[in-house]
Amino acid sequence: MLHLTAGHVGSLVARRATVALTTNSARMASHGHEVSEAVDMSKPMYWDRREIPLPDKRYKDILTPADKSLKEKEKGPWGQLSNEEKLALYRLSFCQTYPEMNQSSSEWKTVVAGVLYCIGLTGLVIIWQTAYVSPPAPRSFDAEWQAKQVKRMLDMRVSPIEGFAAQWDYEKGQWK
Amino acid sequence: MFRAVFRLSSTGARCLVRSKPSISAPLASRCYSHGRVETDEEFDARWVTYFSKPDIDAWELRKGMNTLIGYDLVPEAKIVDSALRACRRLNDMASAIRILEAVKDKAGPHKEIYPYLIQELQPTLSELGISTPEQLGMDQL
Repeated sequence: MLHLTAGHVGSLVARRATVALTTNSARMASHGHEVSEAVDMSKPMYWDRREIPLPDKRYKDILTPADKSLKEKEKGPWGQLSNEEKLALYRLSFCQTYPEMNQSSSEWKTVVAGVLYCIGLTGLVIIWQTAYVSPPAPRSFDAEWQAKQVKRMLDMRVSPIEGFAAQWDYEKGQWK
Repeated sequence: MFRAVFRLSSTGARCLVRSKPSISAPLASRCYSHGRVETDEEFDARWVTYFSKPDIDAWELRKGMNTLIGYDLVPEAKIVDSALRACRRLNDMASAIRILEAVKDKAGPHKEIYPYLIQELQPTLSELGISTPEQLGMDQL
C-alpha cells in the first residue's frame, strides 16, 4: 500500500516515493540473513499507474533471444504480428493491463476486521481496568446523592426554558 | 512545442474546467482571468503538432502522453491518431495499445466515449495494424 492518491498531475517528476517492484529488481533490504539489493531510486523506475500510461522504463529489462527477435519483427508492418505476439510485446513493456491495475481487492475487509478487533481488545482492557485498577467512585456518584442533586437543580430552575427544568412538570411533580 | 509542453506541466495547469461529457474542455494555458483562453481547436492542434514531429523520440512520446492523460479531458481522436502514428515511427506497438487503454480509462463512467473514439480511429488502426485491447482480450481480467 505504498501508492499515494494521485491527485496532482504537476508533480510527475516528484513522484519517486511510490515503488513498484519489478521482476528483475531485487527485494528491499529487509532480512539480515539474505543478500538483498536495495532498489536504486536514482534510475528510471517502472510503475503501473492509471495516470502515467507510459512509465519511465520498460518493464522487462532482460530480453531473451525470443524477445529480441520479436522486437525486430516489431520494426516491420504490425499487421504481420499475431495477437499472441502483440500481447507478448505488451507484456514485455508493461506489467499489468489497465483492468488488472484497477481491480479492487478485499483488503478493506481485513482492515475493518483488524480495526474492530483492536477496538474490542481495548474494550476488554478498559473493563478489566474499571474492575481492578480504578479507585472507588466518589460519593457524589451514589444514587442517593444523585437524587438530591437533581432535586436541587430543579429547585434552582436550571435551564428552565428549554433545558433541564423545562422537562419537569412542577404542578404534577414528575417529568414531562 | 516542446517548450510549450514543459511550460504547461511546470505550472501545473491547475485551472482546469470540471470534466464535461464532451470529449475535451476549454483549457487555459495560464491561470489568468483576464488573459486569452485557448480554444479547443487550438489545444487539439497544439497536441497534434506535438505528436506529429517526424523525429519524435521515445521520451517525448512518454512525456506527451503522460501529460495529456493528466489533463481533465479525453483526448480527441486526432490527437490519439497522431500519438499512435508516433508509436509507429518509434516501432512501439506496446505503447500504442497502452494509449488506447489509457484513453478508455480516462473516459471513466462515460462509457460511450471510447467506442466512439475507436470508431473514429478505425482507419488508422487498420492502416497501422494496431489491435485494440478488446481484440486482444486484454479488457477482461
